[in-house]
Amino acid sequence: MLLIRCPYCEEERPELEFRNAGEAHIARSANMSGESDDDFEKFFFIRSNPKGIIYERWRHMHGCARFFNAVRDTVTDKFVMTYKAGEPKPAKLPGVAK
Amino acid sequence: MAKAAAKKTAAAASPSVDRRPALAGRTTTATGVKVEVLPPAERISLRAPEASVAALSKALGLTLPKKPKTSASKGGRTVLWLGPDEWLVIDEGGNDPLADCATVTELHSAVGISHRNVAISVTGPAAEATINSGCPQDLSLDAFPAGAASRTILGKAEIVLLRTADDAFRVECWRSFSDYVFTFLSEGARDAAG
Repeated sequence: MLLIRCPYCEEERPELEFRNAGEAHIARSANMSGESDDDFEKFFFIRSNPKGIIYERWRHMHGCARFFNAVRDTVTDKFVMTYKAGEPKPAKLPGVAK
Repeated sequence: MAKAAAKKTAAAASPSVDRRPALAGRTTTATGVKVEVLPPAERISLRAPEASVAALSKALGLTLPKKPKTSASKGGRTVLWLGPDEWLVIDEGGNDPLADCATVTELHSAVGISHRNVAISVTGPAAEATINSGCPQDLSLDAFPAGAASRTILGKAEIVLLRTADDAFRVECWRSFSDYVFTFLSEGARDAAG
């Protein structure tokens, strides 16, 4: 079982308590009705789906119930780090080259 | 036909007004562990921002814990940290924590959930192994000492777990899950004993 560190509970918890909530850092437009169809499609449907490092939202569903962000490697399925919701993308990732 | 239906409802109404606690009287005993249903208690779900914590602590008569996975207890009342702005208050002394919160003018949300939850006690040297049969958290005394509390899962059901002593746990679950949780713990107790 994967252990995921919840930044609010400040410890590693079993993955069964968590739920994935899609890609992180997708900003919703302040003027949604003014968006063109193409821009809306990009915001709403198009995701990066990279091979390697991905930034995701996770929720500690059966714990503190808080949303937070996680950096995960889609190849190894390992969590690189987690940080609180609202915090910017970390500039440096621990243990990741480049 | 409508009349007949109305009659039926009226006849059924009187027993249903009695409070019938879920699982009343159910007990399982295995070697080294006892699983039993606890009597009804007053409970509230409390949500509040940082600024209201001091006033709520004063009204409830005990300090709301701010550290993850901790609880505070005083005079039959226990407050469990569930999230950064969320607590579960359990009162077994017959006092109503909802009434205490009603006197607080600072921003908060207190919702009575006394009847939503059922409490099950798991006690004995094999209590830890019994709960670990369906709960993936580390329940060793280093990671989960007496007084530690956490929302987590047991099998497929969400529970709130409180360690009341080194070999005693209080498992809080939703009433509709209580049959499943009790049966799961009973099976776990048998496995832990064997």
